[in-house]
Amino acid sequence: MRKLIFGLFIAFLPALGLAAGAAVPLDDMTPDHTNKESLQRGAALFTNYCMGCHSMEYARYKRVSDDLEIPAALYEENLIFTGAKIGELMKNSMNKDMAAGWFGAPPPDLTLETRLRGESWVYSYLRGFYKDDTRPLGVNNVVFDLVGMPHVMVDLQGLCAVKPNIGVDPSVEPLSGNINNGDVCPEYAIEGSMSGAEFDQAMWDLTNFMSYMGDPVKVERERLGIFVLIFVAIFFVFAYLLNREYWKDVH
Amino acid sequence: MQKLLNWVDERLPVVDAWNKHLAKYYAPKNFNFWYFFGSLAMLVLVNQLVTGIWLTMSYNPSGEGAFASVEYIMRDVEWGWLLRYLHSTGASAFFVVVYLHMFRGLMYGSYQKPRELIWIFGMLIYLVLMAEAFMGYLLPWGQMSYWGAQVIVNLFGAIPVIGEDLSLWIRGDYLISGITLNRFFALHVVALPIVLLALVVLHILALHEVGSNNPDGIDIKKNKDENGIPKDGIPFHPYYSVHDLLGVAVFFFIFFIVVFFFPEMGGLFLEKPNFEPANNLKTPAHIAPVWYFTPFYAMLRAVTVDLFGLDAKFWGVVVMGGAIAILFVLPWLDRSPVRSIRYKGWLSKIALVIFAISFVVLGYLGIVPATEGRTTVAQILTALYFLYFILMPFYTRMEKTKPVPERVTG
Repeated sequence: MRKLIFGLFIAFLPALGLAAGAAVPLDDMTPDHTNKESLQRGAALFTNYCMGCHSMEYARYKRVSDDLEIPAALYEENLIFTGAKIGELMKNSMNKDMAAGWFGAPPPDLTLETRLRGESWVYSYLRGFYKDDTRPLGVNNVVFDLVGMPHVMVDLQGLCAVKPNIGVDPSVEPLSGNINNGDVCPEYAIEGSMSGAEFDQAMWDLTNFMSYMGDPVKVERERLGIFVLIFVAIFFVFAYLLNREYWKDVH
Repeated sequence: MQKLLNWVDERLPVVDAWNKHLAKYYAPKNFNFWYFFGSLAMLVLVNQLVTGIWLTMSYNPSGEGAFASVEYIMRDVEWGWLLRYLHSTGASAFFVVVYLHMFRGLMYGSYQKPRELIWIFGMLIYLVLMAEAFMGYLLPWGQMSYWGAQVIVNLFGAIPVIGEDLSLWIRGDYLISGITLNRFFALHVVALPIVLLALVVLHILALHEVGSNNPDGIDIKKNKDENGIPKDGIPFHPYYSVHDLLGVAVFFFIFFIVVFFFPEMGGLFLEKPNFEPANNLKTPAHIAPVWYFTPFYAMLRAVTVDLFGLDAKFWGVVVMGGAIAILFVLPWLDRSPVRSIRYKGWLSKIALVIFAISFVVLGYLGIVPATEGRTTVAQILTALYFLYFILMPFYTRMEKTKPVPERVTG
């Protein structure tokens, strides 16, 4: 029996591991889809700052409203700007061809962005903008070099004058070794309305929301999974006893 | 009830079939761990058919709608996410159990006389399964679906003279398009499953004609009692049907851990670039097939020399095709007087271990991007893969085998 379990285990073993290695160092972000307050804050940020350009066209407003426990009337009033009904898909009104002219490429749909690039990438990217006058929009990004997207949240974060410290221990300044205040940006060209820590939290919420949008059934799936495994385990006990009873005859 | 059965049985041999294939099919009593994977393959096949039928109800096989319809299944269809993950995880599980099932055959010489046809039907199943998996992988219409199909179909283009026209004929277009998607859908959901089911029936009919092999490689029919029943045989039903339930439970436990907790399996079962819709203007930086094809993909990439005025790519395709084709003639390469690895000599044991390691490491090399060092390793391992077969007629005859016992050893 032990051999059977072990054998089936090693059969699946080669499938473990092998995460795609990123070229740029990133800040780790592990999402928590059970944190409804965070997801609600993330939904508000996404709607206000991202949705003008980025759709989430595979998802429906209603699902977000239900899952995040935002009352439908409140949701329709504050989080739908296109006049869409709450049961509709989360599209926006940007013309993709014209957008390609403005930014070089149309802003991609973001429903599955965290599943494509990973949460850590999105979290780092959102905090990776800095001032670069050689770029057409005056900003660049440490995670996505030569990015075509403007720094949309400049009024919140401010504009970092130098490359932000992404993917390094936030408590230690890499060159001087001084302990800093945890701000990814050591020096601002424009001050924003949030402190470094507040902005990190806001971007964590936004990434958490995007992660939820990529895989909205995750919490329910893992909850059900436990029951399914318990059922299979109990089934195994009966199968084992039945098998033992029959095989008593075999010598 | 009995009257109904009699009525049917007078018109259709149901009792006869039940006895022939289950209740009076005598299987050796010494099956071990490795004998679970045949019935598990059947289980996964049923899973694929059932979930596949329900996925078809909501899937849209068009270039414009395919990607969105998969997300529609994942989000808006009741239990759609479960159907899709059962199907996608099932595809990988199918290859896991089939590879282990084939390895069992290699270990215990289950392809040897009189089971050559069973092996050949099994190989045909493997071949159809690969085509089925390849065509199914195009259907989500993500970036990796698209570019993976592009790469594989272009391989046919490496064949001299007819290659370009052949790949054009397969695609139905000058590049992978909605037309390709539609025909792959038709083949994936109708044509290939029918062929697959027919081959499974033939595989089992041929098996039940000659009887199952066992870890000792002994012919249990040589030792029969006064009723003509093999002394080392037990009826498949109920002994192995209840025994296989154990395997099913353990298999399901692992399978559902993947389905419910790791459906992407770290990018191996569902590759990350496939969460972006297919775009024929944007080639992904690194195109890798799904894990079950990677040993052969590594062999394809390992061939780097042009030969006889023909492109290295063509010879890569030849090597890749040869790696599968050579398995078909395996029953005639093994000249050993014994079947099971238990009684074969050291040479066979070492050869099998080297073969298995080569296959697994080639699988790994096919996933990661190629470097010069890795290509060299892949070349050596490809040679070892082929040497296992090419040298088999010699080492199986040369080596000293152990005496095979009269009765099975449990």
